[in-house]
Amino acid sequence: MNFDMSPYGAYIWPAYAISALALIGATAWTLAAWRRAKARLEALEKPARGKP
Amino acid sequence: MNWLFRYANPHEFMRLSGMVLPFAAIGAALCLAVGLYLSFSVPPDYQQGTTVTLLFIHVPADVVAEIAYGAIAVCSLLSLVWRHPLSDTAARAAAPLGALFTALGLITGALWGKPMWGTYWVWDARLTSFLLLLFLYFGYMALWNAIEDETRAARAAAILALVGVVNIPIIKFSVDWWSTLHQGESIVSGKIAPIYLWPLLIMMLAYVLLFLTLWMVRIRTAILERRARNLMQAGP
Repeated sequence: MNFDMSPYGAYIWPAYAISALALIGATAWTLAAWRRAKARLEALEKPARGKP
Repeated sequence: MNWLFRYANPHEFMRLSGMVLPFAAIGAALCLAVGLYLSFSVPPDYQQGTTVTLLFIHVPADVVAEIAYGAIAVCSLLSLVWRHPLSDTAARAAAPLGALFTALGLITGALWGKPMWGTYWVWDARLTSFLLLLFLYFGYMALWNAIEDETRAARAAAILALVGVVNIPIIKFSVDWWSTLHQGESIVSGKIAPIYLWPLLIMMLAYVLLFLTLWMVRIRTAILERRARNLMQAGP
């Protein structure tokens, strides 16, 4: 593998960094929203399930 | 159309997407790992030097941005014509992801343009039509948030999505129809060297699988949120 991007490293590395941050951020945000929704629904369903 | 209705009700979608999701997520991770390894193993291009490395993140972001809009348009059509139960949810869930990939395409393109063209931005047909795609995504999301009644919001957003779909072929053929700084199509025409083609195809597959994974999780989240809302409305 070759990580020497000269003489254009000043353009290439920021592009990769921004892409990585955006995709990791989107994944984390999406999973966090899923966990929140799941926890909320479970909390709402608990009392309903406990009913006779 | 019966099969579509059978598999696309919320209960069936949760079951099917639960089975597909692990494969899509693992596939995206594997393709990303292999694609990135190959991306940093290619020799510099004889004209563009090391900036050819940007090809492997710029083009996949652009492709997914257009696929996401196409998906929104198809879901919008299903919603308007057949009142499909999940289509509005699916269309709405794809929009922020599409906007993200469009923004990534614009940013990585600008960072490629500066060393190659001497400028981050020109108002040429390809770049301008792609910027319009970002505004279409913003408009679509704004419309959903602006109208309180969900049925009316879904209908208005679906009409906007279908009107805006005309921009997709404009983006695609802009480099043929107008004289632009942006290079022409090189994958289907076979102009791209195989040594760059394979990392590009693998990275494109990685981005598509990542989009599908996140899209499915977002639809599943929306279904759970709707169930929670219904429970709240039903009361104790």
